[in-house]
Amino acid sequence: MKFSARVWKFPDNINTDLIMPSACFHLAAEEQVRFVFQANRPGWIDEVRPGDILLGGRNFGMGSSRPAARSLKNLGLSCLIAHSINGLFFRNCVNFAFPAMECPDVHDAFQEGQHAEVDFDRSVVRNLDTGVELQGRPMPPKLMDLVRAGGIYPLLERNGYIAPSKSVNPVG
Amino acid sequence: MGMTMVEKVFARKSGQKKVSPGDLVTVEVDTVVMIDNSFNPSRWREIRKVRDPRKVVVVLDHRVPAPTIHAATAQRNGRKFVERFGIERIHDVGYDQGISHQVVFDHAYGLPGTVLVCSDSHTCSAGVLNCLARGVGEPDVLYAAIMGETWFRVGETIRYELHGRLSPAVTAKDAFLQIAGRYGDHASQNVEYGGPGLAGLTLSARKTLTTMSAELSAEFAVCDPDEVLLDYLRTRTDAPFEPVVPDADAQYRDVRRVDLGLLEPLVAYPDTVVENSRPVGDAAGTRIDQAFIGSCANGTLEDLEIAARVLSGQRVAAGVRLIITPGSQQIYREALRNGTLAVLSDAGAIVTPSTCGACGGGHLGVLGPDETCITASTRNFKGRMGDPSARIFMGSPATVAASAVRGTISDPREFLQ
Repeated sequence: MKFSARVWKFPDNINTDLIMPSACFHLAAEEQVRFVFQANRPGWIDEVRPGDILLGGRNFGMGSSRPAARSLKNLGLSCLIAHSINGLFFRNCVNFAFPAMECPDVHDAFQEGQHAEVDFDRSVVRNLDTGVELQGRPMPPKLMDLVRAGGIYPLLERNGYIAPSKSVNPVG
Repeated sequence: MGMTMVEKVFARKSGQKKVSPGDLVTVEVDTVVMIDNSFNPSRWREIRKVRDPRKVVVVLDHRVPAPTIHAATAQRNGRKFVERFGIERIHDVGYDQGISHQVVFDHAYGLPGTVLVCSDSHTCSAGVLNCLARGVGEPDVLYAAIMGETWFRVGETIRYELHGRLSPAVTAKDAFLQIAGRYGDHASQNVEYGGPGLAGLTLSARKTLTTMSAELSAEFAVCDPDEVLLDYLRTRTDAPFEPVVPDADAQYRDVRRVDLGLLEPLVAYPDTVVENSRPVGDAAGTRIDQAFIGSCANGTLEDLEIAARVLSGQRVAAGVRLIITPGSQQIYREALRNGTLAVLSDAGAIVTPSTCGACGGGHLGVLGPDETCITASTRNFKGRMGDPSARIFMGSPATVAASAVRGTISDPREFLQ
């Protein structure tokens, strides 16, 4: 699994309430994307394009269990790379099939708008504008398989353990 | 080489001799706690199989009693699920309802050396019971309920050695703010709390530390077991359990000493918890609109009692709303019977039924534009408790009560000596 696109740079300690505020909990998943970073970077969701890469600093996704990673996926972002990622947020990235990689010092290796190549099979992030290459924390194969399979809901659905999705939302 | 508490439980539960940081383990889950959010109608999927209904606990807590049709629908989904699978441990609105982590504590559902998951980030709360508990995603909870197992990445561990005793008017919340302010986030790391100072902290105080460890982005937060804990558990359960202690030669990323006697009241400034703590005096004089005491971190009887000591014979300042939410209906009744609620109410506080309520900005105390709040709850993120322009300071229940009386952020030592 490999992605190549421009990066959007966000600071340390981005929390789940900024990605998915409680004010949008009652809305359908497709509508919740309108609220992403509304409080800290209004208008950003109109600039981001499908396939773009989100670049975080330390402790990305701190906070609650809410399916905030799903909103990033539904926005069309291809993946998340960050110096460190909150463990619960990382679980939800896996759960909702949104590829995420921890990569020490990756935040300083990019200017906003530069282009990254993220190789999940080799756990390597490369700045295509500067040539700098960084080694990330490998994603365990079992979790990579879960991401490739579309996350937890399709897995449970295939086995008949939960009712099929009625939503048009591709990731549940 | 020895193992930490988390590593030892993982090894035991995954059938391995040794587990180390960097490993991915698949373990049996002993307890799955489902909350009203687990049944949110905008993402609820009907579950057709549950591995073992005796391992499932359902607690309706985030938005109860239902403030909206959406919340009411979630709760209805939950009740249907409970009925379909014959779940016996259901905590619905009424006598034994509460915030799930408080209910887990009150009923000793998270036993020492066992694994518990729930789709709320503050699930690490049950680490006070020497239980490996952590918040997971909603899909994880479905998976654990259906399959009976889940995966964990094994992180390195930071151990906090507590020494000494807290001064009057200084609480475990201040100890947490000290750790969060000085050391920042603990992403991918586990936290252990132990040392001679642990014995001087009540279980409620220890629970504040383990619950707030979610704000450190800790994976698991676990307290050493001691006689205080074991005596408590013996009054709550007949179930067998095996407490876990770290090996003498366990490998830690770092061991840090916290001198409880040297701590003073602290507040976290608005918008983020970590790396944001300052002495309460720095914020003194800041005018507030709302004060809140509650949540899974600070809704215990002790939290209500220390607030009552500050508020006894006082009146909440004009223009300030003091909202107090007990962590469970059991605590509500205890505070009712011992006179604490009368003191709070006489002072002008509003006491609500037990719920997550204002902490998550769901209901019962949502903040409006440009308002300022001081809260003894779990989070002060921008927009967390209402409008994104509201400012949220975080302090101990004593600091919040003192601030409610003065109408400005105030040092609780002016009231308690």
